[in-house]
Amino acid sequence: MVHDIPDRLPPAATVGVWGWIRANLLCPWYNALLTAGSLYLIWRAVVPFWNWAVVNASISLDPAVAKQHSGAAWGFLREMWPVFMTGIYPAEERWRPLLALCLVLVMVGLTLLRPLRRATWLRAAWLATHLLVFAIIRGGGFTGLPAVGTHYWGGLMLTILLASVAMIAAFPISILLALGRTSNMPIARPFCVAYIELIRGVPLITILFMASVVLPLFLPSNMELDKLLRAMVGITMFFSAYLAENIRGGLQGLSRGQYEAADALGMSYWQKIRVVILPQALRIVIPPMVNNFIGILKDTSLVGIVGLVDLLQIAFATTSNPKWFGRLEEAYVFIAFWYWVLCFGLSSYSQHLERKIPSAGK
Amino acid sequence: MHTQTYTATHLGDAPVVIDIKGLNKWYGQFHVLKDINMQVRKQEKVVICGPSGSGKSTLIRTINRLEEHQEGVITVEGTPLTNDVRHIERIRREVGMVFQQFNLFPHLTILENVTAGPIHVRKMPRKEAEAIAYTYLERVGIGEQARKFPGQLSGGQQQRVAIARALAMQPKVMLFDEPTSALDPEMIKEVLDVMRELADQGMTMICVTHEMGFAREVADTMVFMDKGQIVEYATAEEFFTAPREERCRMFLDQILNH
Repeated sequence: MVHDIPDRLPPAATVGVWGWIRANLLCPWYNALLTAGSLYLIWRAVVPFWNWAVVNASISLDPAVAKQHSGAAWGFLREMWPVFMTGIYPAEERWRPLLALCLVLVMVGLTLLRPLRRATWLRAAWLATHLLVFAIIRGGGFTGLPAVGTHYWGGLMLTILLASVAMIAAFPISILLALGRTSNMPIARPFCVAYIELIRGVPLITILFMASVVLPLFLPSNMELDKLLRAMVGITMFFSAYLAENIRGGLQGLSRGQYEAADALGMSYWQKIRVVILPQALRIVIPPMVNNFIGILKDTSLVGIVGLVDLLQIAFATTSNPKWFGRLEEAYVFIAFWYWVLCFGLSSYSQHLERKIPSAGK
Repeated sequence: MHTQTYTATHLGDAPVVIDIKGLNKWYGQFHVLKDINMQVRKQEKVVICGPSGSGKSTLIRTINRLEEHQEGVITVEGTPLTNDVRHIERIRREVGMVFQQFNLFPHLTILENVTAGPIHVRKMPRKEAEAIAYTYLERVGIGEQARKFPGQLSGGQQQRVAIARALAMQPKVMLFDEPTSALDPEMIKEVLDVMRELADQGMTMICVTHEMGFAREVADTMVFMDKGQIVEYATAEEFFTAPREERCRMFLDQILNH
């Protein structure tokens, strides 16, 4: 007769903190070397930064005081940060972008509440929010607020506006492009292929130049398209081509059986796409899609070359101010922080979505 | 070209549900279906067998237009299968299909899989569709798992859900395309039991399968196909006791005595 072998604990050297350190940092010998080398490099980078940003820094609003310190002059940001947020938007009207931001945050909060998520009125409210945000910031017309033209918009506000308009507008366009490209339709398919390949073959800078310099040549001289609008259209066109290719990957990642099962139930083309195909295809492409969104967000910094003053351009504008002349390091650290917060937020949200939405085979 | 139409005369004058006339299909240059003339009558159980590549799956997939044919006329419940999308969708609503690989929608729960057809295609209110879905899920023995996702079920359970999904559309005909070929041996019986019960209730069924025990027990009509044509068409009794064609005898010999 065979007796059951009783369970034993694993060897002590393989578990716990010491076990982890041994396994990941010290063994075998070359890992110990790598660990030591990495620690040295971190030390060489962190210490000077710490000295610059904290030890030798000043927070005085007076540039003369700041000059006596060898480190960062955070007073520059204390004074200038509202400009980084909204650019040359009139100071006494800055409460309006803030109000718009609060509105969006409230809507996001409502959307995150589970019982409300599928409510129809919430979708309608989102649509209204987009228009309302524009109305609040732009003013004029029925709002009774003083109008602030788009050439006054700038800074982080402009960066976020450009990126979110491009994301929201490029998303449905790219779905249609991807569906068109994977279909057998005689005219739509070649059109989608041509559009995607043409746009992908051209740098974003070129498209922005085209939109702001070349496009007006074809329009009647009395018709003037808003500079911001032109940039938005250019960025949207550009990213819808990239996004379409990602979504196409998702569409092709589904098995033929999914299409056939939907067909066999008698679903129409659009029912099949909406109920069966897109939810799965989009789930597959969340990581590359968010990669794309992060790309959009950072590439909006190119609008500087067509004369829009986004977050990056604010850094140049504020540091050429004689009072805080040349404080580029502080400005760069500040805008890098904001880009990082936004991109990291997008990336964290995508990982949350990936965990939450069940995918095939899980 | 022979013009004999195979029809189940032994079923008396039951109305014809599916009428296939002069059906021919090619994949490029390859002639996969050759001069198929065949009728399926109400409540008839047809089992199609034959070596792989003989065109049996292709044949049942032309009936709901998962495969397009180049020649011939297929009529389902009086609706001719043409390129008209409305005809195709009407036929697909009346014809349920069960696939070898189940093809459940992995992003939807079991309940949502079964209600998708009634809600979106039949425009049924959600409550009503769910009631129907539960009826069929109970019938195939999956009622308790309605809130789970397909990936959490065994192959046999998934295939039974697939059957319930097709039934929830309340079709006039059910097509089974090798429904047990992708299953582990211990799960084949549970799926065949569901199919047997369905046959007892009088569903019109066309099954492509290698399960000869099931065929012998359930089929009114056996169809043996080889190289794209119908080689033998007989009652189950004749087919298993006295097949006329040599090819058919060899095939039966191979799959019954392995």
